[in-house]
Amino acid sequence: MLKHLRELEFGVDSFMPVSNGADGLPIPGDQVIRNTIEEGVLAEQAGIDSFNIGEHFRDDSMDSANHVVLAAIAARTQKIKLGTAVTVLSTQDPVRTYQNFATLDAISNGRVQLIVGRGSAIESFPLFGYDLREYEEIFEEKLDLWVRILAAAATGEPLTWSGKYRPPLNSVTLTPPLRAGSLTTWVGSGGSPASTIRAARYGLPLVQAIIGGDPARFRPLIDLYRRALVEYSRPADLPIGLHTLGYVAPTDEEAVETQWPHWLAMHERASIERGWPPPSRAQFEHEVAHGSMFVGAPATVAARIAAAMRTLDVTSFHLHYAVGAIPFQQRRTNIEMLGREVYPRVRELLASDGDASHTAHDAPHTAQTARAAQAPPSEHPDQLHAAAAAVKSPVRTTHAPLGEA
Amino acid sequence: MKRLGIIGAGKLGFALARLALAAGYEVTIAGSGSADSIELTASVLAPGARAATATEVAASNDMVVLAITAHRFRSLPADLFDGKILIDATNYWEETDTGDIELATAPEGTSVLIRDHFPAARVVKSLNQLSYHQIDELPRPAGAHDRVAVAAAGDDPAAVRTVMRLIDELGFDPVDAGSLADGRRLEPDGSPYAETYTAAELTDCLALPLER
Repeated sequence: MLKHLRELEFGVDSFMPVSNGADGLPIPGDQVIRNTIEEGVLAEQAGIDSFNIGEHFRDDSMDSANHVVLAAIAARTQKIKLGTAVTVLSTQDPVRTYQNFATLDAISNGRVQLIVGRGSAIESFPLFGYDLREYEEIFEEKLDLWVRILAAAATGEPLTWSGKYRPPLNSVTLTPPLRAGSLTTWVGSGGSPASTIRAARYGLPLVQAIIGGDPARFRPLIDLYRRALVEYSRPADLPIGLHTLGYVAPTDEEAVETQWPHWLAMHERASIERGWPPPSRAQFEHEVAHGSMFVGAPATVAARIAAAMRTLDVTSFHLHYAVGAIPFQQRRTNIEMLGREVYPRVRELLASDGDASHTAHDAPHTAQTARAAQAPPSEHPDQLHAAAAAVKSPVRTTHAPLGEA
Repeated sequence: MKRLGIIGAGKLGFALARLALAAGYEVTIAGSGSADSIELTASVLAPGARAATATEVAASNDMVVLAITAHRFRSLPADLFDGKILIDATNYWEETDTGDIELATAPEGTSVLIRDHFPAARVVKSLNQLSYHQIDELPRPAGAHDRVAVAAAGDDPAAVRTVMRLIDELGFDPVDAGSLADGRRLEPDGSPYAETYTAAELTDCLALPLER
């Protein structure tokens, strides 16, 4: 049974792919950036709760400075949450990340959310001079610093910190000051048990990214996260989000045929880079039917999303829409259909299996649970105090009315 | 009781632990640190598996799977697996093993380097070929028409036979892939890698000349 029925959140994620123009050729990168701003504005108009941008440093994605694009969207929107999917904290300086996103938070009037992760794409490591062999250690340190920065910003107290991967901070107060209750931070995980445990240890909400295979297979990791929250004395009901891939079109057939060549091109590139066998149509169809590619007409995609959210018991869902070089016009249509048809339908489906006996879970998170939630892990008890009250509850959602379509 | 040790508490390690438990094995699993650090994870992701240290896993099992990031084998003591069957399920990945020139270039495949590091272990290359998704989704009972094949390669015929029996019990059709050096065929960009072949198809594929 789903908890927090009233707190459901539905977002869309973009890696700002270089899309094809009307002539079938890739459009220039600067046009991709302007198109993405339009997509963000459209997402708000369509009633979507959040617009989230990835972070990559490769020639098929223009999302290397996502905070700048989000700022442009912020200036043209009022309600929609603006986020990252994900911020590769490992190869960023958390101090700079704070400055960028605290500024964005001011521009957007507190609408920022970050998903931080180790990154599944690894091109940022050589680019910024990090050693991939220290993948795990670097992320652990950067996340620790990030949580302490948020804690210091929330209390207004200066921060003193030292670590291995950046110069020490001696009684530093970072600017701009943070608007109270903002910079909600989730931890993104691709399914490594260690990442799941880490999110729970920091008391941060989890986003489970599923980019292949049956979402139901990830249920044990969700259970692990819940168990670990209890183990680390964190609020047991922190929200969990789910990220999958998908594409919506008026009919199942049109959706499948539009997505297929772009899926193929992406997987052909990955197969060469990773030594996998070449992708096949059968594999694509299997992913569409049973895996984590939610492709089809609105009713089909809504049913897949609702089923996955029920099975995994999650309250937040982000669709990475229209992957590959799908043209701008179809990306727009996709956002409209998600916001006006798919997500309202998912809300209806989930509401229909609502249960009065679970209303106790529907209460919003209190400030107290939120304070307990985001202190750094207990192996640094000296800093616990400073870290308390870092960030308000991550569950603050703008709700699209039911049946908006 | 049949026993299997697993070194590596990641996606692959736990997927293999679940399969082995289902096949009636007593499973001990270790991560890079203390048993405590993975106890909760083991209890949820592979209920019934015992969390332990790498040393305990090696001491209490005659057959151990190495399911770690490839270059980390160098951090394990050379005599840890003396006399044991060591199933090398690792793969060299540029992403995580970057800078390990020896692994990147290994002319006879990475398992030969692992044998050189653990000279008294009975190394068999196997269970590296499928992703953890596939390990979870593809096992079938013996005789199923869609049962997928998994190969084992090694220089100790008795050890290879034992691993082939394990493969069968885990739910795959075992195929003998020849010597440990022949095992390079099972690595990423060797052609059977990540393919879901039947035993006959995999055997045919391994008979083709290696393109690399």
